[in-house]
Amino acid sequence: MTEPILSLRSINKSFGPVHVLRGVDFDARAGEVTALVGDNGAGKSTLIKCVGGSYLMDSGEYFFEGRPVSVHTPREASELGIEIVYQDLALCDNLDIVQNMFLGRESHTGPILDEIAMEKAAAGALASLSVRTVTSVRQRVSSLSGGQRQTVAIAKSVLWQSKVVILDEPTAALGVAQTAQVLDLVRRLADQGIAVVLISHNMNDVLQVADRIAVLYLGQMAAIVDRKSVDQQQLVELITTGRASTAGRATSGTV
Amino acid sequence: MTTSDRLSVTEEPDTNGDAELAAAASTAPIEGGLGDYFRTYLQRIRSGDMGSLPAVSGLIVLVIVFWSLRSNFGSLANFSDLLKQASPTIFIAMGLVFVLLLGEIDLAAGTAAGVCATLMARLSVGYNWSWPFAIGGALVCGVVIGTGTGWLCAKVRIPSFVVTLALYLAFQGVTLFIVLNGAGAHGNISISDNFITNLYNGQMDPWLGWLVGGVAVIGYALVKLQQVRSRASAGLTAEPVALVAVKVIALAVVAVVAVYLLNKNRGGTGGSQLINQGGKLVLVKPPALQGVPWVVLITLFFFTIWTFVLGRTRYGRHVYAVGGNTEAARRAGIRVDLIRISVFVISSFMAAIGGVLIASNTHSVDANTGGGNTLLLAVGAAVIGGTSLFGGRGRPADAIIGGLVVAVIANGMADLVQGSNRDAIQYIVTGAVLLLAAAVDALSRRRAGAAGLG
Repeated sequence: MTEPILSLRSINKSFGPVHVLRGVDFDARAGEVTALVGDNGAGKSTLIKCVGGSYLMDSGEYFFEGRPVSVHTPREASELGIEIVYQDLALCDNLDIVQNMFLGRESHTGPILDEIAMEKAAAGALASLSVRTVTSVRQRVSSLSGGQRQTVAIAKSVLWQSKVVILDEPTAALGVAQTAQVLDLVRRLADQGIAVVLISHNMNDVLQVADRIAVLYLGQMAAIVDRKSVDQQQLVELITTGRASTAGRATSGTV
Repeated sequence: MTTSDRLSVTEEPDTNGDAELAAAASTAPIEGGLGDYFRTYLQRIRSGDMGSLPAVSGLIVLVIVFWSLRSNFGSLANFSDLLKQASPTIFIAMGLVFVLLLGEIDLAAGTAAGVCATLMARLSVGYNWSWPFAIGGALVCGVVIGTGTGWLCAKVRIPSFVVTLALYLAFQGVTLFIVLNGAGAHGNISISDNFITNLYNGQMDPWLGWLVGGVAVIGYALVKLQQVRSRASAGLTAEPVALVAVKVIALAVVAVVAVYLLNKNRGGTGGSQLINQGGKLVLVKPPALQGVPWVVLITLFFFTIWTFVLGRTRYGRHVYAVGGNTEAARRAGIRVDLIRISVFVISSFMAAIGGVLIASNTHSVDANTGGGNTLLLAVGAAVIGGTSLFGGRGRPADAIIGGLVVAVIANGMADLVQGSNRDAIQYIVTGAVLLLAAAVDALSRRRAGAAGLG
């Protein structure tokens, strides 16, 4: 088993009296898709925001590539190579694909934007993911479909050579065909050697694309199971009760 | 079917509609010749992205209507007057474009112009400051006002509508205070500094007009060709040279015609006059009134700068990003607060220049300078030109086109309707045009939403 690139140990986080994360351990490995599942309020978003630097954890250890690090701002997280693709994608409709992919990190010579370098790099990143759905990288994002938008948001992480990409419900708003496209993309992202964390409510998606599944239950890590050792029913049981009655217990709680 | 084929994203973009839509939404050159460009342009208009087309066609229609109704409208003197009259509105509107790009509003831009103009007059007339310092003082005052406004909006988080509405009132008081206090004349301050009064009223020597026109056309051509060359050499799709040529020639024709007409003597047609000069009678010809007004050069200068800033710099890109999706911009690490403050600084700075031009026009300032409908005409100009009130869409060029439309209406209506209802009709028509422009904005936005274009 490879060493995890991202590793969290005994994470605690409270909002006032509400103890949202209780001693959570979490790992993500390069080249693997780690699904993070759990019911509403289980603490998935809080955990991800702690990883991304939007929230500060109250206690716990944060290792990146084996080194202990502290992440206080989203910028520090992205400097480490952690990219979070939020559900609402955070794209500017009035800008084109290139402008969105480089937003906040534009290439420039002196005060002038280097449009040509940016356009080539963006096209390259999309090509490396075998994306053929967008005809022009100079298309405005407002003209893209939901799946294409998700594609752009994900390709951004390839462009910036992220090591960990966290996808928050990437298929929630998509139709059947587009969901299949995005899941393909998720797989290809992992095949490029990126550690992918997939947050999803959709058990089919998770079982289809994940290598490992981490189940949060009421702020605690109920189980981290291998994809091959669970079926959908057991997974639902883990999510709703925090326990698996039939299988997956062998790996439950292990890292 | 190979594995990679199966894995690849399978939604093919080969339907014609998709490709056309993509081209219409494209912000960069598309492949093909002039015909393809024209088709894409039509597609773009059909899908609601009309840009400055309504304003330009409106401008042409207005000019034709007024020209046919009033012989005087097409006179050389009136042509020059139109450009001058439009300039204060254009300057305030150009600053407002930045604020509107963020989906904010600066209702205080007009009265801020008044404060800066009266301050300049007080410094120049009351305290005998030379023009660079008096004008500099007005511009600094604009920057300070903008910083304060921006800080209240971005940091204290008061909606800009409320902040600037309050400042709109307060600045009228400040203007009144400056007019009534300090050294020099009170009430109505007459400006005697020749440089300041010539800003609006002066004209360039004819040769300088030709030089400015030439530099503008050649500069535009060089920038365009450089763009085409570097994109082509990088293997990216570039605009066809034929299209660039058409654009450059069109600009050259406009520049040559405008400079030629403005360089003709538009002074009075009266002949020479006998004048008593030191006890001797001499025959004096009236001075020739000719040349391109200085305001045209000043306008072109700021238009070029702001177009460059918005289109080619990171700052400009970030302004559009904050206007398009503030949250996305924030997550991308853009300092949204600083961008928000900066657009108010630019707005008030440009308003200060507008104020200086207003004062230069009338050779004086009083308590009403910058008040009245100064602001509304400027907002109207920006919106008529095609800047969206909803944020994210707009260019400095919109301010110029819209400013000309507003000036043409004011100028054309001025003696079209005589008698006591003159002002009433003019207000109503200007208001109606503004409503029309806002309706075009809202409808094109809705249409763009339906077509997936923004």
